Amino acid sequence: MVSHQLIVVGAGLAGLRAAVEAKDAGVDVAMLTQVHPGRSHSGAAQGGVNGALANHPDAQDDTPEKHAFDTVKGSDYLADQRSALQMTTDAVPAIYELEHMGCPFSRFDDGRIAQRPFGGAGYPRTCYGADKTGHYMLHALVEQAYRRQIRMYIEWFVCRLIVEDGVCKGVVAYSMTKGGFEEFRGEAVIVATGGAGRTYSNTTNAVISTGGGAAMAYHSGVPLKDMEFVQFHPTGLYTTHILMTEGCRGEGGYLLNKDGERFMARYAPTAMELAPRDITSRSIQTEINEGRGIDGKDFVYLDLRHLGAEKLAERLPGTRDLSIHFEGVDPVYDPIPIAPAQHYSMGGIDTDVDGRTVMPGLLAAGECACVSVHGANRLGGNSLLETVVFGRRAGAAAARDILGHEHAARPGESDGRAVVAVQATVDELAGREGSEDAYVVREEMTEIMRTHYGIYRDEAAMKTGVDELLALKERLKKAKLRHTGGVWNLDMIRTMELEGMLDVALATASGALVRTESRGSHARTDFETRDDERWLKHTLAFYQADGPPKLDYKPVEMGLFEPQERKY
Amino acid sequence: MSDITFHIKRFDPADGKPPHYQDFVVPIAGSMTVLEALFSIQEKQDGSLAFRYCCRSSICGSCAMYINGRYRLACQTNILHMGVDRVTVEALPHMPLVRDLVWDMDDFFTKYEAIKPWLIRNSELPDTEVTQSPGERLKLNMPIDCILCAACYSSCPSVWTESNYLGPAALLKAYRFEVDSRDEAGKERLPSWDNERGVYRCHTIANCSEACPKELNPTEGIQWLKGSAVRRRLLGRKK
Repeated sequence: MVSHQLIVVGAGLAGLRAAVEAKDAGVDVAMLTQVHPGRSHSGAAQGGVNGALANHPDAQDDTPEKHAFDTVKGSDYLADQRSALQMTTDAVPAIYELEHMGCPFSRFDDGRIAQRPFGGAGYPRTCYGADKTGHYMLHALVEQAYRRQIRMYIEWFVCRLIVEDGVCKGVVAYSMTKGGFEEFRGEAVIVATGGAGRTYSNTTNAVISTGGGAAMAYHSGVPLKDMEFVQFHPTGLYTTHILMTEGCRGEGGYLLNKDGERFMARYAPTAMELAPRDITSRSIQTEINEGRGIDGKDFVYLDLRHLGAEKLAERLPGTRDLSIHFEGVDPVYDPIPIAPAQHYSMGGIDTDVDGRTVMPGLLAAGECACVSVHGANRLGGNSLLETVVFGRRAGAAAARDILGHEHAARPGESDGRAVVAVQATVDELAGREGSEDAYVVREEMTEIMRTHYGIYRDEAAMKTGVDELLALKERLKKAKLRHTGGVWNLDMIRTMELEGMLDVALATASGALVRTESRGSHARTDFETRDDERWLKHTLAFYQADGPPKLDYKPVEMGLFEPQERKY
Repeated sequence: MSDITFHIKRFDPADGKPPHYQDFVVPIAGSMTVLEALFSIQEKQDGSLAFRYCCRSSICGSCAMYINGRYRLACQTNILHMGVDRVTVEALPHMPLVRDLVWDMDDFFTKYEAIKPWLIRNSELPDTEVTQSPGERLKLNMPIDCILCAACYSSCPSVWTESNYLGPAALLKAYRFEVDSRDEAGKERLPSWDNERGVYRCHTIANCSEACPKELNPTEGIQWLKGSAVRRRLLGRKK
């Protein structure tokens, strides 16, 4: 057994920021991570991080309140309003702090942090480092973790929470490099494992974005909130779904259909290409559905040619490289084939603004959590912000609990049962009849999610989808491990991940089926309008071993902005 | 659709055998990458195959490998573009093996940590940002794009022959901070790289710059550091 005061699961931006905060407060903190922290998926974020710094000449009167309004309007009024304001207020010091840590933001001529326009924002308030902002932020925080000599358990796959008497007391993890399972006990656990994009076949997300942390909490009885709200990024590369940043449009890029028409004029005449992501993705999908995709196919063009080689080199160098390497298209000379792709999980582990869940000892932050500040649709540039703001708050809350021993659970002594239980699960996986293949189940699941819970949804498809996912759960029980070796057993990791992914997918599917309205990213062809009277509320999904989750609801925190029709 | 043979270097610490090669035939269509082919093999042919992966979009640095005699990111390597029907895939050469294509990262990151890879400030921080002109920021453009994939480190003959040498990735990181207009390390970071296991072990072979899948130039950064060390001694300034 290994013991630390605080266990942070996941070492992307949220986990790193939490660990740094707790370490500075004097807590003995350890991070457990499946990949080296610098390889986390936070690093794939491109366009920028929002904060009302008012550095841009066109943003002199920008404020956190205006940022909060844009966030709430963008959320289609499902965000908790004071939580959103908390985030936008914390944003300004959070971005200066990143800069002080060394994050190499791009600069205006006066030496201040540069900002660019982004979708759904009333002001240019997205701070950026070219189009590699996530990479730069991630490495700045990795560097801070090394500076503080924070204990890192790298290439440890966390598979289960240890819960005793309703209190989270640690985790069980698999050492990929040494083989075998180990029990980690702490007075608090912060889950910061990122999104669940890989439940979809068409995702921009990394292969490790499997929703593992959310699944662990869910299996332990903690509800997942608003899982039906899944963001589709308007511009994924056509063949690989790799992200082409919103910064492309922030810098002036066009979306064109087969007639060369800037079709956004019909959907968002004022904001044009800088409408929020839900609206832009629906517009692209409508163009495709109505036969105006390029050559009648299921993609349109992102055209950057008019920006010129020099601007691309300065502002969007990574976009050009990705487009050349992965699509064979040089955006200096040719438009980029793009289609909407799953990008972000608005939903997640139900937390408050300090990352606390309903389970004592368990906190969560980042994409795996749902505060909620994104509601039914997240604005671009708010996810990097969320990681550092709520990572810091969760780290601070955990430190307060541990040092003040208010809610903190004493880690307790190990009787070895937790590891025995996980080992028994693995033995069971290895002993199955083997009439099914886990990878086939995974492929079918991701196609069900893409086709039945995509940009446009309806009752019939979603009902079928729930049944199909439940059938897949049964089939997965017949898939056996093909490899039982000790070190770097990907077969075991990927099969264990898949069990969680199916349950997280079912939470999305079930919540979506029941919500008979269209709000933000949840667009139903059979219920086309928002229904505030019945559905201005958060969905809570509670795991049930048999069948779909039990659903409950809780009110949205209002009080600052009255819901209105969203026009851009 | 064409069949491509993957000739993969395998190693299992449990079986006591030295590394050996194993062939797998994978039908390739469209824009399949080497990383996707490895997933296909792991899923459909041999569940025991081990390799690192994460972003699959050339930003995380997980999947640097030695592919047909070149340092490449598996995720960024389009198989059909290689124009061959046989692809040899090996872990980064000269690295201790953990299993199959997975190598031991401990030395690599210990050396990274040794150069104090963080911004050092001594003066009081302002309430807002520390300003930096676009020209000053431009100097960071090359080194900040490093993804720590270790292709450079694996390719460096000075690393092969002197196990204590910090290597190109760590030194590029030192360069990244020493050229940053905001950094106030003074002599604090200097002893970590201004020595026999640091910049002077670089013999400007420039394998690192050729190996880098992000097309960065660690050699250039290391030469700047050498010049900076001399300038500090003779002129009392680093630039």
